[in-house]
Amino acid sequence: MSNDNNNHGTSSEWKVICRVEDIPVLGARRVARPVGVNVAVFRNAEDQVFALLDRCPHKGGPLSQGIVFGTSVACPLHNWAIGLEDGCAKSPDEGCTPRFAVKVADGVVHLDSNELATHALDLASPVAGPANRACLPEDTTA
Amino acid sequence: MKKLKLVMVGNGMAGVRTLEELLKLAPDLYDITVFGAEPHPNYNRILLSPVLAGEQTVDEIVLNSWAWYTENKITLHAGKKVVEVDRVKRIVRAEDGTEAPYDRLLMCTGSNPFMLPVPGKDLKGVIAYRDIADTDYMIETAKTHKSAVVIGGGLLGLEAANGLMLRGMSVTVVHVMPWLMERQLDDVAGKLLQKSLEDRGLKFLIGAQTQELVGGEDGRVKAIRFKDGTEVAADLVVMAVGIRPNTELAEKMRLHCQRGIVVTDTLQTVTDARIYSVGECAAHRGIAYGLVAPLFEQAKVAANHLAQFGIGRYLGSLTSTKLKVTGIDLFSAGEFMGGEGTEEIVMSDPFGGVYKKLVIKDDKLVGACLYGDTVDGSWYFKLLRDGRSVGDIRDKLMFGESNIGDTGHEGHSKAASMPDEAEVCGCNGVTKGTICKAIKDKGLFTLDEVKKHTKASASCGSCTGLVEQILMFTAGGDYSATPKKKAVCGCTDANHQDVRDAIRREHYLTHDEVYRNLGWRTPNGCATCRPAVNYYLISTWPKEAKDDPQSRFINERSHANIQKDGTYSVIPRMWGGHTTPDELRRIADAADKYQIPTVKVTGGQRIDLLGVKKEDLEGVWKDIGMPSGFAYAKSLRTVKTCVGSEWCRFGTQDSTQMGKDLERALWAMYSPHKVKLAVSGCPRNCAEAGIKDVGVIGVDSGWELYVGGNGGIKTEVAQFLVKVKTAEEVMEYAGAFLQLYREEGWYLERTVHYIGRVGLDYVKKKILEDAEGRKALWERLQFALDGEPDPWFESSQAQVDVRQFTPVAVVDDVADKATQAA
Repeated sequence: MSNDNNNHGTSSEWKVICRVEDIPVLGARRVARPVGVNVAVFRNAEDQVFALLDRCPHKGGPLSQGIVFGTSVACPLHNWAIGLEDGCAKSPDEGCTPRFAVKVADGVVHLDSNELATHALDLASPVAGPANRACLPEDTTA
Repeated sequence: MKKLKLVMVGNGMAGVRTLEELLKLAPDLYDITVFGAEPHPNYNRILLSPVLAGEQTVDEIVLNSWAWYTENKITLHAGKKVVEVDRVKRIVRAEDGTEAPYDRLLMCTGSNPFMLPVPGKDLKGVIAYRDIADTDYMIETAKTHKSAVVIGGGLLGLEAANGLMLRGMSVTVVHVMPWLMERQLDDVAGKLLQKSLEDRGLKFLIGAQTQELVGGEDGRVKAIRFKDGTEVAADLVVMAVGIRPNTELAEKMRLHCQRGIVVTDTLQTVTDARIYSVGECAAHRGIAYGLVAPLFEQAKVAANHLAQFGIGRYLGSLTSTKLKVTGIDLFSAGEFMGGEGTEEIVMSDPFGGVYKKLVIKDDKLVGACLYGDTVDGSWYFKLLRDGRSVGDIRDKLMFGESNIGDTGHEGHSKAASMPDEAEVCGCNGVTKGTICKAIKDKGLFTLDEVKKHTKASASCGSCTGLVEQILMFTAGGDYSATPKKKAVCGCTDANHQDVRDAIRREHYLTHDEVYRNLGWRTPNGCATCRPAVNYYLISTWPKEAKDDPQSRFINERSHANIQKDGTYSVIPRMWGGHTTPDELRRIADAADKYQIPTVKVTGGQRIDLLGVKKEDLEGVWKDIGMPSGFAYAKSLRTVKTCVGSEWCRFGTQDSTQMGKDLERALWAMYSPHKVKLAVSGCPRNCAEAGIKDVGVIGVDSGWELYVGGNGGIKTEVAQFLVKVKTAEEVMEYAGAFLQLYREEGWYLERTVHYIGRVGLDYVKKKILEDAEGRKALWERLQFALDGEPDPWFESSQAQVDVRQFTPVAVVDDVADKATQAA
């Protein structure tokens, strides 16, 4: 990859992520971004690689943890089937998760660094646990 | 490519559903032409009664608008009746001379009402009740005339009578049989129904035989005369005495007809393979179905073959009748009239308007007739269909499913009286209003469709009865037909038993062998079938078949429970609920070190650390240094124990030690579903052994074993299996039972449902009466579990892909761009 740091708004620069073998067949791995929700990279039985925001359009489940079959992944939280090619839920469920461009060259998986830096930063992961609870009055005074 | 030509004769519900299914599969294969005798697009015929009653309009019951035909490029000839089909030249001809050539022909001519062959049947004012024209005629007549007679006290007749009464007419129902709806109800229920309809103002002449219809000078009917010479005045006579498959055209075409157009399992006519037939006109294995659900099943199969996919067979449907006549709930199925060799359980409260009759034969439910309270209809229908032995629940059978523990919908049993905002499905938070809206907006007809669209009843299923009721009064009619064989999932036609049998018989060791040889339509299954097949492979051929982690749900792949925010929970094993200060210190230290937000005591007597990041899982396991609790798996969870004779002043047996021994022996035991055990040291049963898959209760002279308990959605009390003397026997009997369940249970079937399916007597035969078989089962379980690795510490032996715990890449050199973008 080139080392120059010019940031033309429209220029796309492919960032090396991993080798195809680093992703299990019919499985997924996570790519951590400095800002925003992780990106999930998937590999199907034909060694095709797909990348989606690691966030189900339903309740935000991490798609990277789902079961991959055909060209879909089943969300681990409520079993919605999400298409790997378009990021959209299979009918009758509705909703899509953002896609990321993928390039595979010589067995190496690349993502677009511009997309990694800027795409879908407005979406957040769901929150669970005590942090989720509404603040009690005595907490606010503390 | 030149498109094939498909012509459909008849524009009704079954036919258009076939087109919809076909368009989903092969949108561009055919040029489609439809002929319909009525000048309307496809509408919901079942909802004609609400139109007659003034509750809905014709527009509201249209299923496919004119625009739908245009959008799908379907040429619709509405109002043109087909009178001739030339099977040699393959041309369809309508009354007005319109012609259409075909490559494939779909005959959906439906059925015709049967007109009593009495004098005067052709008089003005004498009609059948079948279509929009009849309905309109009745509405118009009600505006200008007073008295109406409906001949026929079946469903259709009663609906017509009710509608005419609501339109202001004075209505008499004439019924030749001894009670109303004799094909769906027994005499008691039929008479309750009559009483209730009389209270609303309908008049009945039961057993009256029609002699003739008497006309006036204007050529209009003015009275009906009976065999006994009496007469009743009538300005309108509606015949609702039954329907016959409409085979007029088919017979003219010389297609083989016998009680309908005879079709094969692929819905092709036996005479001409180019011609298909679905709906009320088609006779499949001698039956012409008149209910919507079986017809939609036919539509699916016919569409599949028309789309040239060539898979799927229609094997017939089992049906029940669940009807709604003017706000009265009725349900019947099977041999509800009873008869020789049957026994009846009857509950009758005529004052409260509730009547229930269950018919039992050879210890199995063979029929049911419910009046006034039908919420358990679907449960009875399931028992009937499954052919399950009901001996063990006979005393509770009459009181319904809710009586044996049923939660999640506030105890509602009548959907009609629920407000729109009331929650029907407690699992998925679906209200009645949401379901009604989805049914109306999306044109849903079957329970399966409602499940898919709304998720109501898609989880635990305890609200299925309510959802069916809602479907019934929102979409009308009956929707509870069920395929005779339930496939594992949409990937295959094979059911769970087929897959289990084939794996054992053919010694299959891999997923591929199963998918290839059992006709999977998908290359690598789906999230439903893959975990099932994986379990069947490894449980049938332990040490031979290789576990496939990618076919396991995430919890069994990461060996922790995923939470709603994508973090995990960690539950270490505490044998028999027993722990030490040292273990507690390590847990506390790990909770501090990894900033674990929640520490909770579980119902299974151990400690749950919630909110662990996936990256921290391995560290937490290592720091805690306790074995995996398998709290995330379809496997042995815990053995809950009470303190027992070691401390307790009432204890008769050392239940803690027994529990620990059981837990060590069964540790890492994968099973069709989760398995929970408990051991109590005396009959006070503080370990709550009565609701466990295997419950052991110590008594002074030994141990009692109970099986098939469950504290979940439906509280199920475990059933007594055997009393034994020694701890060794407890291990052997409990182990043998669990191995039997592991070898024969279907994936995601709890022990209670397994026992329900095979019967407790069968289990007793295998475990109690066959000592050698029992020992062999216990040995096979020990062989399977011998040397099972701890996934937390022996990750490579346990095939845990540890790469999953860290991100495959951490990109930070794009941060500049991110800052700029933000």
